[in-house]
Amino acid sequence: MVLPSLKNCLWLPCVLRTPKACFWSTAGGGLIIQSVSNDVYQNLAVEDWIHDHMDLEKQQILFLWRNSPAVVIGRHQNPWQECNLRLLRQKNIKLARRRSGGGTVYHDLGNVNLTFFTTRKKYERMGNLKLVVKALKTLRPQLDVHVTDRYDILLNKQYKISGTAAKLGRTSAYHHCTLLCNADKFVLSSVLKSPYKGLKSNATPSVPASVKNLFEEDASLTSEILLDAIAKEYAVRHQIDHHITLINPADETLLPGISNKTKELQTWEWVYGKTPKFSISTCLNMAYKDSVLDIKVDMDVKHGRIEACNIDLPEQWLPPGLYSELVKSLTGSKFCPNEITMLVTTLLKVCPQDDELHSRWSLLCENMIRLM
Amino acid sequence: VCIHRVRSCSSIRFIKSKYVCVFDKSALKFSHQQRLFRTSPVSCGQIVQFKLSDIGEGITEVTVKEWYIKEGDSVSQFDSICEVQSDKASVTITSRYDGIIRKLHYSIDDIAFVGKPLVDIEIDASKGVSPEEDVVETPPMSHEEHTHQEIKGHKTLATPAVRRLAMENNIKLSEVVGTGKDNRILKEDILNYLAKQTGAILPPSPKAEIVPPVWKTEAVPAAPKDKARRIPVPVSRPIAFSGKDRTEPVTGFQKAMVKTMSAALKIPHFGYSDEVDLTQLVQLREELKPLAEVQGVKLSFMPFFIKAASLGLLRYPILNASLDENCQNVTYKASHNIGVAMDTEQGLIVPNVKNVQVCSVFDIAVELNRLQSLGSAGQLGTSDLTGGTFTLSNIGTIGGTYAKPVILPPEVAIGALGKIQVLPRFNGKGEVVKAQIMNVSWSADHRIIDGATMARFSNLWKSYLENPASMLLDLK
Repeated sequence: MVLPSLKNCLWLPCVLRTPKACFWSTAGGGLIIQSVSNDVYQNLAVEDWIHDHMDLEKQQILFLWRNSPAVVIGRHQNPWQECNLRLLRQKNIKLARRRSGGGTVYHDLGNVNLTFFTTRKKYERMGNLKLVVKALKTLRPQLDVHVTDRYDILLNKQYKISGTAAKLGRTSAYHHCTLLCNADKFVLSSVLKSPYKGLKSNATPSVPASVKNLFEEDASLTSEILLDAIAKEYAVRHQIDHHITLINPADETLLPGISNKTKELQTWEWVYGKTPKFSISTCLNMAYKDSVLDIKVDMDVKHGRIEACNIDLPEQWLPPGLYSELVKSLTGSKFCPNEITMLVTTLLKVCPQDDELHSRWSLLCENMIRLM
Repeated sequence: VCIHRVRSCSSIRFIKSKYVCVFDKSALKFSHQQRLFRTSPVSCGQIVQFKLSDIGEGITEVTVKEWYIKEGDSVSQFDSICEVQSDKASVTITSRYDGIIRKLHYSIDDIAFVGKPLVDIEIDASKGVSPEEDVVETPPMSHEEHTHQEIKGHKTLATPAVRRLAMENNIKLSEVVGTGKDNRILKEDILNYLAKQTGAILPPSPKAEIVPPVWKTEAVPAAPKDKARRIPVPVSRPIAFSGKDRTEPVTGFQKAMVKTMSAALKIPHFGYSDEVDLTQLVQLREELKPLAEVQGVKLSFMPFFIKAASLGLLRYPILNASLDENCQNVTYKASHNIGVAMDTEQGLIVPNVKNVQVCSVFDIAVELNRLQSLGSAGQLGTSDLTGGTFTLSNIGTIGGTYAKPVILPPEVAIGALGKIQVLPRFNGKGEVVKAQIMNVSWSADHRIIDGATMARFSNLWKSYLENPASMLLDLK
């Protein structure tokens, strides 16, 4: 059922300027495509591309995709608030910010993504979710699944198996949702728990929920089976062939400009810099020599950069000149452990060569970096 | 004139308000508004209240999350104005007009209401003759004749988007047959016209609009699909360069580098360069590489260079020293913490291998692997980046032969290694042979280090590398 489309294209007798034209035009009001890539940035870029460039008047599109381990936050969310960034870095799990709203999700190959592309006028999330539920029930009639008015899909009226988000542009819109088939629930719960304290922000918060994999309910279900069932239901709904076209998100001829979109989604400015303004007000507990110091730290972070910073150190603990140098350098820096590490170690080079001073400086800086 | 202006202003506003609040009324009425404003004899533009259009699904209020423009910015039709969020949906609101933003009705995190004003835009009535008008050859109109254009006696209706498409393809609207209501020209009509011209079947291709960039500082690239549809008529146009200068503040790590490098330049540097014949070392490394690989370690040349430097520092400890700010005391450091300059995305970082004096070449290789992988992942810790006493910079991996490296305070010496080249050299018998040659450029602090010391250190280091077996004699 799944065919490489471009091979077919080249044999069609029509005169075309580019092969991509044939790829995109189909008979019937719908097109089902599936990504061959598991890279979250590439797949999000495909969504952007279709949203920006496709004319969805004549046909709607269903896009099926899966990612290797990644955490995806909503457009207006705060990654420090939503997930354990330290753990993500350790486990090499990617962090992405999507362009649609909504909450944070954990993706891995056991979590399936569906994107419904329509014109803005035809944007209607409930219908899409009901289609998914219908597909699931057609596949396994005994499954107790239903759509809530928060646009979640619940299993056994208790467990969330799908979350939704949407993006609306001037003329087109998309609604995407996840479907938990067989994701690693242990990793999911540990990465989605933020260890950062003292954060105050107006970013969209995620609403935590109990989750369950469909695989746990029925061990015969796999991601492939579920994707196929949903595609079949979509095909019926739009009266088109149950035919899934494969798409390669790295194909620049098919999707001109896609590599720029992919790169943009990976930039620090997008992933972290788009965080709405927030502040941190917390206490560092530093064990120094035989005592424990309680250092109050206040920081304002805007566009992912430290806008203002205040550290309440005991008097003369650091030479005042050095303290003001530290604050001055922190201001305007990215709120990023790597950047700050490089910054403080570089600053140390021009400090007086005093072991005591160096150890205090290192202690303070290491604790500050743990906030990021 | 003044009174006339006021009167025409008020009548314009009255007619306009009927159309502004309904989002998807036919574009015809919108074009009517545009026509009106262009013919206004007034130089100051009209303030239009752009209302928040319907989001769908019966939603009445949204939260404003980000503004893409600020008061005083000029916008074009279809530019993004702001991002709003409603119940897990993020919506990009685009401008319906060309003009200047005069007022933002909401701040970030405010609740905005559908149907209420979002921004005030001053429509620029005094803008020069619009390119669309050039194409359609419209004579100036009075505001009674707002719905149609008179072109040689024929009325031509088209939306601004269609006009733009026609203009981009050098098409006169008067020559296109309109198939829409009232003979309106639609986008398909332009495409059909183009197809007839070129004889090709044009695909139902992606939309023509270029998505405006989120960051205003970058120049907008033209959408490649436009090129596909344009008629290939060679026109010699003056080459216009639309790049803009971009100014960014120096922040964070860069700021720290500025400080360090300024301090470094206060050190009186002197340079010393030499050539090293690595032919034997190259061979040795080839033999040792698989032994290291078996233990999961990548063996480059650096571990050898680092160990040889440490052996040299044992003989010339002043190169592993530090001078205090007042130049009163020289501290001879006991540990040889040799820094290795690494080029990362964030910039130049110099992690160091601690206590090389007690490490074997293999130990150094292991540690280098660890630092390199942390460095590329952006996860180096403070202890890795502090405490260095001597630095080697392997600029040769990127290219180059000679360099003039800058000493990293509080150190007093640094070496830059060029790339290894295969060059002809004379051997002991006077024959020309292939030799693997690398250049090294040292810089040292002339306040406490003299040329002779540097030269002797360099010779020693060179001798260890040119004859690796000699390192065995001095290894501790």
